[in-house]
Amino acid sequence: MYAYDQYDQAMVDARVAEFRDQAQRRLDGKLSEDQFKPLRLMNGLYLQLHAYMLRVAVPYGTLDSRQMHALAEIADKYDRGYGHFTTRQNIQYNWIRLEDAADILADLAKVEMHAIQTSGNCIRNISSDHFAGAAADELIDPRPYAELLRQWSSFHPEFSYLPRKFKIAVIASDTDRAAMKLHDIGIQIVRNDAGAIGAAFYVGGGMGRTPMIAPCIREFVALDQLVTYAEACLRVYNRHGRRDNKYKARIKILVHELGAQEYAAQVEAEFAHLLDQGVEPPLAELERIATFFADPPFEDDAATEIDRSDPDFALWVDRNTHPHKTPGYVSAVISLKPVGGIPGDASADQMHLMAELAKDYSFDECRVMHTQNIVLPHVKIADLHALWSKLDEAGLGSPNLDTVEDIIACPGLDYCSLANARSIPVAQKIQQRFADSGRTAELGELKLKISGCINACGHHHAGHIGILGVDRKGTENYQLLLGGSEAQDTSLAKITGPGFDEDGIVDAVEKATDVYLSNRADGERFLDTYRRIGMAPFKEALYD
Amino acid sequence: MTESPAPGTDTVAGVSPDDVQFRFREDEMADHAQVTVDAFLEQADAAAVRIEPGDDARALIPHLERLKLAEVNFPAFGDGRGYSSARILREAGYAGELRAVGDVLVDQLGYMRRCGFDSFAPDAPIAASDAEAALARWPHVYQNAADARRTIPEARHE
Repeated sequence: MYAYDQYDQAMVDARVAEFRDQAQRRLDGKLSEDQFKPLRLMNGLYLQLHAYMLRVAVPYGTLDSRQMHALAEIADKYDRGYGHFTTRQNIQYNWIRLEDAADILADLAKVEMHAIQTSGNCIRNISSDHFAGAAADELIDPRPYAELLRQWSSFHPEFSYLPRKFKIAVIASDTDRAAMKLHDIGIQIVRNDAGAIGAAFYVGGGMGRTPMIAPCIREFVALDQLVTYAEACLRVYNRHGRRDNKYKARIKILVHELGAQEYAAQVEAEFAHLLDQGVEPPLAELERIATFFADPPFEDDAATEIDRSDPDFALWVDRNTHPHKTPGYVSAVISLKPVGGIPGDASADQMHLMAELAKDYSFDECRVMHTQNIVLPHVKIADLHALWSKLDEAGLGSPNLDTVEDIIACPGLDYCSLANARSIPVAQKIQQRFADSGRTAELGELKLKISGCINACGHHHAGHIGILGVDRKGTENYQLLLGGSEAQDTSLAKITGPGFDEDGIVDAVEKATDVYLSNRADGERFLDTYRRIGMAPFKEALYD
Repeated sequence: MTESPAPGTDTVAGVSPDDVQFRFREDEMADHAQVTVDAFLEQADAAAVRIEPGDDARALIPHLERLKLAEVNFPAFGDGRGYSSARILREAGYAGELRAVGDVLVDQLGYMRRCGFDSFAPDAPIAASDAEAALARWPHVYQNAADARRTIPEARHE
């Protein structure tokens, strides 16, 4: 994986020094909260309902064991012994004191990590496929391109005060595991008819209160023009993006209002101009970055046989592993969705254990998934039983990847100052309902996502089943949505009808799954059945 | 950082030279009346322009020869359109004074310099020592921009 050189380290160290000075000025009363706010936001520090929240960047979700150990130590030393992995492959801490924030950044810098641009109206952490460099179905590892863009977007002088936040995802497989088309820019690394590798750009996707699926605005950008094209996309947005209304300021609104064709034409004109401006880093830089992502030394002829005599282990293997490009290996998912837990939370002890397991079983590497789980990307099939035993013992062996128990939930009203309703208790009740009924496995792949307000941090628009918490006359109310997808078949979920109270929404989800079970054809997932039979049978079951 | 000449008497849209707090140019400060972009395009003898966030700086490109002062207004620090306006002018070869005015804060000086601004007239004065520290903060830069700084990728592959 990528390692800092003296330049990367100097930049992160400079940021720590700058923030230490800013925080001290705030603590000394030399900066008002209004003046401090834009500064702390550039460093991932939010003021939440009860305390400061610090969001730490995990570039394209990749961590080594040293970094995961450091995250655990921060949880122990500065928070309440746990952290929360987010839908953008980051981690956030919910109980931070302003007095400690600069020390935390300094601790992070020691392990080549930071909180730069994890908030604010700038280019945020670049996300990617959590199975990058491992998946059997990928064209090439997308992370070198993500790292190139990370460096380009860090402290960008022109694009640090954009109309709104800006999120980029990079994938390199036809299977989309990063919700690529629901980003401000989604990039798919592709091979063209001439056999050359390049990038397809999808611009103007997003969730929030106006969800949009990004249209493709260019099918192929040459690798030695990648940064220049991205710069053109951003400049057109910076010029025209709306500043008068925060809710219409994302690039999706601009692309929608201009039309994808007109936006693309303006980008082309800017791109043609910028090609003469020497914006692009030398191609040798991309090649240098790529060397860090070379394959680890996989064993030839690693055993592919697996002893399935233990049914609990067999279930976990079936549910939580993903095909690897190298025979004898798989990617193994550590579920952070134990029934009754807080989706995406991990204790310091669990983080330490995951770090050790990454070191022992996965070439010292793990990944944060946007579904708020952790992946060990390169596990020998022969090691799976030993790995599973250790996970199971630590309460990390839930065999529920992509099931109704694998819920994405935002922090909701338990933490977030924007939320209208709690998300976490709803997630817990739904998990409990299906764990009790024993139907989780029977339902198969069923992606359920919960947001506590229309900002949609819990991706409810993209859930096979989505839940949106709203405030109705002072009480929490939950709307049910069906038919969303964040995968390559991206679609936006539709609201079923009037909302439900907290217990009512749990019943409603169960009723929707009953409709699926009684209508499904062979091999159909919940989403497939919904797409075939439509909303009507679900509405009938829910409201009649 | 520079001596200010007497304030212009016919300034219609811009700040007075007196308001310029930092200047990174050796030449004498232009003392022309800044006019709006629309007026600049209409008045063939206008030599100074004030660019508001909604203005398209590209309209000025055919007239750079007579442009001596471009003043870019930041009514609110969070409105970053002026950064693009600055770079567009520099990319087109404009070499005259490029002045940032309005809600210009110390933490933005570095980015503004990189986008080509070489004079600053902040609404709220910035302590000279704070400005100096802010401008010296970043040992390196990742991106090519309007300044001549060697980028990190360039340094890596020299």
